[in-house]
Formats: sequence, C-alpha cells, structure tokens
Amino acid sequence: MILLLQYTLIFASVLLLVALGGCFSERSGVINIGLEGIMVMGGLGGALVLKFLPPEAGVFPMVLLAVLASALFGMLFSLLLAVASISFKADQTIVGTAMNMLAVAAATVFVKAMNTKISAAEGGKDVSSDILFPHTKDLLIVRIDSFEFNWFMPVALACLIISFIVLYKTRFGLRLRSCGEHPQASASVGISVTKMRYAGVLISGVLGGIGGLTFITAGVSKWTFEHGVAGFGFLAMAVMIFGSWHPLKIALAALLFGFFRALGNVYTGFDLLTMLNIPGVVYNMLPYIISLVVLAFTSKKSRAPKAAGIPYEKGSR
Amino acid sequence: MNNTAYAIEMLNITKRFPGIVANDNVTLQLKHGEIHALLGENGAGKSTLMSVLFGMYAAEEGVIKKDGKVVKINSPNDANDLGIGMVHQHFKMVECFSVLDNIILGVEDTKLGFLQKKKAREKVQALSERYGLHVDPDAIIEDITVGMQQRTEILKMLYRDNEILIFDEPTAVLTPQEIEELLQIMKNLAAEGKSVLFITHKLNEIMAVADRCSILRKGKYVGTVEVKDCTREQLSRMMVGRDVEFAVQKEPANPADEVLRVKDLCLASKRGKRNSVNNVSFSVRAGEIVCIAGIDGNGQSELVCGLTGLEPISSGSVHFSGIDITRAPIRKRSLMGMSHIPEDRHKHGLVLDYTLEDNMILQRYFKPEFTNKCGFLRRKNIRGYATRLIEKFDVRSGQGPVTLARSMSGGNQQRAIIAREIACDPKLLIAVQPTRGVDVGAIEYIHKQLVAERDAGKAILLVSLELDEVMSVSDRILVMYEGEIVGELDPKTTTVQELGLYMAGAKKEVVQ
Amino acid sequence: MKKENTSQSPRKNRFAALFSSLIRKDWFQTIFSSLVCIAGGLLVGFIALLIIEPSGAVEAILAIIRCFFKFGNTGMILKYFGQTLVRSVPLLMCALSVLFAYKAGMFNIGVAGQYTAGACIALYAAIAWHLPWYLCLLLAILVGAALGALAGLLKTAFNVNVVISGIMLNWIALYLTNQILGTVKTITNDTPELSGTYQSALLPKLGLDQLFNGEKSVTIAIPLAILIAIAVWVVLYKTKFGYELKATGHNPHAAQYAGMKSNLNIVLTMAISGGIAALGAGLLFLTGITKWDTGISSLPAEGFNGIAVAFLGGLSPLGSLLSSFFIQYITFGGTFVSTDFYSPHISSLISSLIIYLCAFSAFIKYIIGVCLRKHDEKIAAQAAQKHEEGGTEE
Repeated sequence: MILLLQYTLIFASVLLLVALGGCFSERSGVINIGLEGIMVMGGLGGALVLKFLPPEAGVFPMVLLAVLASALFGMLFSLLLAVASISFKADQTIVGTAMNMLAVAAATVFVKAMNTKISAAEGGKDVSSDILFPHTKDLLIVRIDSFEFNWFMPVALACLIISFIVLYKTRFGLRLRSCGEHPQASASVGISVTKMRYAGVLISGVLGGIGGLTFITAGVSKWTFEHGVAGFGFLAMAVMIFGSWHPLKIALAALLFGFFRALGNVYTGFDLLTMLNIPGVVYNMLPYIISLVVLAFTSKKSRAPKAAGIPYEKGSR
Repeated sequence: MNNTAYAIEMLNITKRFPGIVANDNVTLQLKHGEIHALLGENGAGKSTLMSVLFGMYAAEEGVIKKDGKVVKINSPNDANDLGIGMVHQHFKMVECFSVLDNIILGVEDTKLGFLQKKKAREKVQALSERYGLHVDPDAIIEDITVGMQQRTEILKMLYRDNEILIFDEPTAVLTPQEIEELLQIMKNLAAEGKSVLFITHKLNEIMAVADRCSILRKGKYVGTVEVKDCTREQLSRMMVGRDVEFAVQKEPANPADEVLRVKDLCLASKRGKRNSVNNVSFSVRAGEIVCIAGIDGNGQSELVCGLTGLEPISSGSVHFSGIDITRAPIRKRSLMGMSHIPEDRHKHGLVLDYTLEDNMILQRYFKPEFTNKCGFLRRKNIRGYATRLIEKFDVRSGQGPVTLARSMSGGNQQRAIIAREIACDPKLLIAVQPTRGVDVGAIEYIHKQLVAERDAGKAILLVSLELDEVMSVSDRILVMYEGEIVGELDPKTTTVQELGLYMAGAKKEVVQ
Repeated sequence: MKKENTSQSPRKNRFAALFSSLIRKDWFQTIFSSLVCIAGGLLVGFIALLIIEPSGAVEAILAIIRCFFKFGNTGMILKYFGQTLVRSVPLLMCALSVLFAYKAGMFNIGVAGQYTAGACIALYAAIAWHLPWYLCLLLAILVGAALGALAGLLKTAFNVNVVISGIMLNWIALYLTNQILGTVKTITNDTPELSGTYQSALLPKLGLDQLFNGEKSVTIAIPLAILIAIAVWVVLYKTKFGYELKATGHNPHAAQYAGMKSNLNIVLTMAISGGIAALGAGLLFLTGITKWDTGISSLPAEGFNGIAVAFLGGLSPLGSLLSSFFIQYITFGGTFVSTDFYSPHISSLISSLIIYLCAFSAFIKYIIGVCLRKHDEKIAAQAAQKHEEGGTEE
C-alpha cells in the first residue's frame, strides 16, 4: 500500500512537471508535441550530473545541480521548437514529432559515444546507451519507514505553486495568457507576442527537462536512452487537457494518472489484484487506456487556449 | 507655425505590399479637438494607414508628426506613448479575461512583478461614470454585449490617457440607437479636447458628427473637405470616383407559391441554456426577397445553419417545396434546390487551397457530369463548366479556372460563390451578408443579381446587417432579436428608426 | 560593355533560363527544398561525428553515403541493393499511410502502432494458424484499418486530438503485440523462422530474387508497394473520393457545407491509412528477412521514419518512392560506420534532423518566392530604365 502511494506520488510528480510545462507553452500559444523529446534531453542532463558528481557532494548540491542541468538541457532543446514554430512559423506538429525522434537519437548517439570512450580508456568495450548512477540515486531518497520519499516530490510541488502564482498573479502571466488567447490583442497593446511565446516554450523546456530527470530516477538507478520515455510526454499532454490547462486541476489529474501508472509497478503486491489474475500487460497498458477514455469524455467541451497552434501573423485579425 | 493646430499629421505616406501599393502618397491631418472622418471603400487603404500610425507596419515613405514634431512610431507602444489609442473594428480583447484585465493589459501596475489591481479598478470605475459608459470591471468579456465590449475598448483608451482616439468602423455591430449613443460619446470626447478620428464608409454618420473628412480611394489620397460644405452625393463621388446608384432598381414583387415554411423552429445554443433560435415561424414565397434584419449575434446565423442543415434543429419543422426537410441532410436540401451564399466565405464558402474550377463544383462534383461511373473526376467537363460560369458572371482571376481561390480578391471570391450558387438554378437562395467586405462595384452587382433571381421566380431569403441593404433590396423584412422574430415590416412603409427599435428589442409584435 | 555581358556564354544563359523556368514550378521547389533538408541533415550529422571523434568523421560520413557501394563487387552490391529495397517497402507504406491521412487533415502519428499491429497479426496468422501469405496480409490490413478507424472515431465522435490518441494506441498496440506474439515465440524471445514450417506464409518471389543476385528476401512486396503508391496517387488526385478527402483536409467547414460526410470520410481515411501501414508490416515480415522480438520496449522505427519519408517526399506518393529508398539507404549506411567511436544511431539522428528541417520547407519555398519576385522586379526595373533611356535618346 505504501509502495503504491510512493509510486503514485513520484509518477504524479513527473506528469505534473511535464504537464505544467505543456501548459506554459500552450498558454502562450504554441502546442508542444515535443515534450517527450524534452524529457529525454532533460533526463540526459540530469543523469550526467548524477553519474559524474561524487556522492560526497551532499544531498542539496546534488539535487540542485541535477535539477539545474536537466532544466538547462530541456530549455536548450526546446529552443528548437521555439525557433522553428515562432520565428519561422513551421508546422508545430511536425517540429514536435521531429524533436521526439531527434532527442532519442541524439541522446543515444551521445551516450554510446561517451560509454565507448570511457570503456576504451579502461580497456573494455561498452557500446550500450545506459547511464548508471547507483551511488547518487540513494541520495535522492529519504526513507521514512518503508516509504521512499524522493526529493523530486517537493520540487514538483514547488513548481506547481510557482506556476500557479506566475500564471495568475503576475504581469508576466497575464501577458503570457493573452498571447495564447488573442495574440493580436496583445500586440495591439504593445506586448511582444514573439518574446512571450519564446518564454512560454522555454519554460516548458525547463519544466519538461526536470520532469524527464524525475522520470528516469523514479525507478532503478540506471537509464537506457535508446528507449526514450515510453510516451510519458504524451501522457502529460493528456493530463494537461484533462486538467483544462489550469495548474491546480492539472495537479489532480496528474495524481489520478500517476495512480494508474503506479498500479502497473506494484499490482503484484495486492492480494486482491493478484487474485483477479489479470495479465500484467493489462496494467502496463492501463495508463494509456485510461487517458484515451478520459480524453474521450473531456475533449468535446475542453477549452484549449484559442490561439494555441496558430502561428502569429502580424497583419491578421 | 500653422502646424501646431494639428494633433497628428501623416504626410505623404506610402506603404507597399508585394504586388500592391496599399497607401500611395497619403496625407492625413487631424486637428486638436475635432472629429475627423476617414472615408473610403473596403480595400481603399484605411486599415493599412492606421496600422502605419500604430507602428504595426513601417511605411516606405512619408513622415508622421505629433504637434508639429516629427516622430518615429515603430510599435504600438510608441503610439501609446504618444497618446494614440484605437477601437479596432474587430475588438482586440481576450474573451476569457475580465473587463479590468483587458483594460490593464500592457500597462499593468505591479509590485515586484505581481499585479496590483486596486488602483486600476478605481480609475476604471471613475472613468466609466464620468463618460457614462456603464461597464462592470469584473464582468468576463464573452458574457457581455457587443456594445459593452465596445465601451470597454473606449475605456481602454481613456485609461491610458490617450489624446488621439481612433474609431475603426465602430458602428457596424451596433443598433441604430446604440449608434446614436456612440456618436454622442464621440462628441463628448471631442468636447473634452480629445481628437477623434472616425473611420467609416457610412456617409450618414459622417454628416452627423464629423467636422472634416479625408477621403481615400484605391490607396490614393483624394482630398480633405469641410463636412458642413459638402453633400452626401459629393462625398460618395469622391469615395467611389463616379456616381453611385443608392437605390436598387426594382419592380414590385409578384410573390407566387410558398417555397419555404418554417414553423416553431428552435435551435439549442452552444453556450448557456437559452435557445439561440426560439420559436421562429415564417415563410418565403417564390418571387420575393425576404430579409432577416437584426444586430449581429441575435440568432440569424444559427437560423440559417438550421435551415441549411449545418446545425441540428432541436424542435419545430422546416418544409421546403411542401416536403418536410427538418432532419434532411445538407446534400438532400442542396439537391432539392436550396442554394446558400454563406456568411463567411473563407470558412464555409470556399476551399481556399483548391483551384477556382474545383470550387465551382463544390456541391455538384459527384454528378455524372463531373464524375464517371468508376468514381474518377471528368476534368474536361469540370474545366468547361467552370469556364462558362467565369465568363457569365465575370469572375476575374489571374489564371482563369486553375487560379487558386486563395490568391483571388475578396470581391471576386464572392462573385465566384454567387456564380456557383445561382448556376445551380435553385428554388430558394439563402444569402447571408452577401456584400460583406466587397467594394461598391461588387455590391451593386450582387444586388442586381439578387433582384434578377427574384424576377426569375426564385424565392430569396436575405440575411443582412446593413440597414441600407435591408431597406433597398427586400420586399419584406423580418426582424430578429435574441433568437426570436419580433416584427414583420414593409420596407416601403417603415422607417429606419422604427426598424431600429425592433432591432434593439424595444418594440415587439407577435408575428403570425 | 552591356553587350559583352549578354553574349558572354550562351550555354550558361540557356541553363539559367531553364533553371529560372523550373524554379517557378511547385514540384521543383519541393524537390529543391527536400535536397536542402537532406544536405542540412547530413551536415549536422557530420558535425556531430566531428564532435564525437574528429579523426574518423570524414570516413564515417562517407561510409554512410557510400553504404553498400563500398563492396565494389556487383554481386554484393545487387544483393544489398535488393535488401535495401525490401526494407524500404515498409517505410514507403508508412509514408503513404501518413500522407494519405495528412491530405485529409489528420496527422496519423499512430502509424507506428498500426504497423506494429499489422506485424502482430500477419505473423500470428502465419505461425499459429498456418495461413497462406495473402490471408495474412488481408488480416493485417483489417486490423490496421480497425486501429486507424478507432483513432478516427475518437476524433469525430469525441474530438480527441489524433496525435495524442495515436500515441496512446501505439503503446497499447506494442504491449498487446508482445503479449500475443509471446505465445508463439521461440526461446530467444524472437518469432520463429518462417521458411520451412510456415513456408506458405512467405511472399512469392516470382523469380524477382534472380534480378538481385539471388537475394532471398526480394519478393513481390517491392512491385506491390510501387503499385500501391501509384494507386494512392490516383485516388488522391483523380477520383471523387480524393476530391472529397482533400476538401475535408483543407477546410472541413466547407466540406460540411458542400454536403460531404466529413466524419465518415475522416474515419474512412484513417482506416485506409491504418490499413496501408499494417500492410507495410506484412510486406516486411512475410519476406522472412527479419523477425519480431517480443522483448522490445520501444516502437519499431519504421512508423516514425515513415513520417520523415512522407515529408521529405513533399507529401507526394511518387516523391515518397524516392525518399523511402533514401532514408533506408542512409539507415543501412549507418551500420557501416566504425563502431570503435560511433553508433549506428547516427543515421536515425540524421533522418530526424531531416524531418525537423522539412518543417522549414514552407519557409524555404517562401524564400524562393521572395527571391523570384525581387529578381522579376529588378528585371522589370531594368527594362523600364532601358525603355526610358531609349526614349530620351530618340
């Protein structure tokens, strides 16, 4: 039971972070299909810190540096979307899809090259795309009885609170939201739609990157970059839609989806569930199935930001 | 020395776009405290000139002066700093924001980046009271009326302490009574020393409020006149470049058999619980033009959607040529002889990325004439058919039938739609705002076509927001207000004022 | 001096004239921008190689470009050429699937899942039920079509974003496939060899293998795929259905206004799209060239590469014929890169870069348009000036 709670919370944290990222991007008017790729890149940045920083560095520098690295990687990668879709008005769906492929390919090539070089120096031959961080992983976790408290949980919570305040209580948030709803109106009062959209996409890169790091450290202390992040970026988009682009509702949606994802990890621990004798594959598919069902019920009346996905043209009305 | 009399001057402005010169050496001088009208047809270059003034576009040539001093305006911020504000034709407001948020957007008070709205709210309320605007700062834009949205736009300018106020076609969406209120507000503003620039193509309104008037035609500056020294006819000649027939030439109607019968029609609204069309009953007979008049957004569009099958009907019935078509699909209605000139030609009327010829067969592509038995298109026949229509209706385009619809001018796109709809030889022609956004030449042409179709024995249902059009083209007027038909009028006996009272819901009668 | 300029080299002028008439054609602009994308992709790929290990980068990028031509022996080249063609078939089919749906306004990212489902059913039918190849293919088409139609239905009935539902269905398809094929797998997690016990499921060769130095995997899949590409082109551009479908894609409101059954067309289009993708899987796995590994936890690359192929081919069925071969060619080329420093994934890096750049193709065309207009204006101005000069002289 505690295990279920623990996994629910950690997966919810991932989904929350990434969905908040998507929310910033869409609120500014850019649909970010590339969240999946951003997660991979963010995960790469964070994993490198975890691998190379000595465990003696202490918990807080470790978490801080890992988060910073993943945020930086995610942000830089999201520039690809920003430049293409905002400055060059390219099709956001194609760009996002390309980014998802690009991230996996680039991370794999990079990690394999790194492993090859390191192992060659040590006289071996390691051509895998894995990054291992067994020593540092423990630092991310505080055991309270059998419950493994992960430092990324409070990080996600903090991001939630900050996101809410930024979106609804600050000048920046008001302007950002106006660009996603009616960019012509924003431009007419002197707001630079281009800058706001860049900001939205880059923030989504930061949050997506941290989400990616959280994801790869959620389970074991190793990640194989060839595998990407198994559609979690898209699950986060479903969470965002279900949460109707509002941070607090997104948080609730993330908990729900996190729960179903966690079931797949821990269903064997429940006598009731093992008695039902449902094949494991069903639990693995559960989050995807649930998201389809939820989307089917919520998409019809969902109110996406009106201008999301539409490139801003100066002359248009 | 004389220059200081002017609040803003735009001298010898030239702005080119690829292929066209939108403003060709245009000059506009606005005096302090005057109401200055800018008159011109659609496409005369008024909007471009204003975009230049607002720094949305940079002009290739010409200078802008404020109080006699040359200024550079590179962005709306610069314009705002110079005290220039504008009520755009299409309101520039975020619909899901509150009135207050829309007003402060761009000039927010902040403390450490956090929004401080208290002072702003007080100022908005004070301004609202002072100018009699009656706007609730906490209402959400999408919940309030168009008139109130417009007053929010005015508040937006006043909140920024703008001295030069520009109104871009502000009356298109208002009732005659609301128009009068607006004109009064404009006079008050001028009396308080604000300079008002009033962009319009409606001569009556210019005659009513403007001190001076500058005229643009096809991107060129025609001249500036004192309004009190001018007649309506003179102004219109300057605008169009020739005499215009104001009245549509037509004989009295000879209505024959009933073609369309609508009984107790209701359509559910997409927002809220009220019906968008509520208990509407009327009929249209062959050989008459029935006009649905009303302010935009009173259920006319929804009514047409119900009649043409674009939206499902929730209750009531529609009979067409005596056959019940309440639940009939769009194609069946179309094949039975119902033609539809849609309100939004880009949304419904055309596939912009298709060629003109492919657009000409949009509802008839499956007929044996255009598709053979195996499902292949008969290109030769399509080309021939399109060519015939293009010639007959004088649709002008770069490459004839293979021109992309997107590359055609608005007027010619509309001609193409009208050609297509009339060529089907319909029994009933539903025309929704057929003259929207086209030039005067095309308006005349379209009106003539409608009358010709009527005289050929077709039933015509015209939906129009333009009072002139309603009064001059129709044989019978039905007024819609909040989804209901509130009056049936005879254009020969009624007045614009009476029509206005019905349109505003101030007057109501039970229509049989 | 002017005279000299104009009469300098007639051949060069003729070439310039040909180029300036070609560059005005839309299809030429498409090819041109695709070539720019390819060049850009290779360039960035090369830079990546340089960063990883400068000493071997030139050799590596040449290995990718040279691909199987490095063998210098006609027999080997033909054999690998045949293999490349065989493996381009599923890419082409996925690309056709993507572009067919794209013309109707749907971004069918679910192509990977439909492809997976096709592989699942084709192999299961062959192994568990011993069905002949044509029935295996037929079943694959049906299942792929059902999966595509499901995404279409979710869109039309519930307004679910096709991209998101497509991704979700991809993962569901993958888990189910591994589960189902897991019941017939060998000890190594792979599905069993088709030749021998399941001979009847192998696609017929009709002697085609002889053309490629006896490469066993060359079958009727190759001509069949080309025929399907042509059929897709005919349907899109010559038929009533294509007219409706493109109208729906360009402007669904106008399609509704015209009385077309947009929703039905969307579901139908997605079903056809899914069917094509699944058929592509059948046409690969039933050649026996490869097996399904039930242990994999990522979606097969053909689906996403199909998207690259479709956009690189300018969203045209005929263009996709070329681009599918090209993408497979460089993917295969990646396997010739020295693994001392680099990984074969460098090819997927290059192909994903190419899709990314393809998103700019509209911009590239726009730039071409601007250049052309400036060029024309300059010529017009020159002509006017000449005219004026002539006028004053007289």
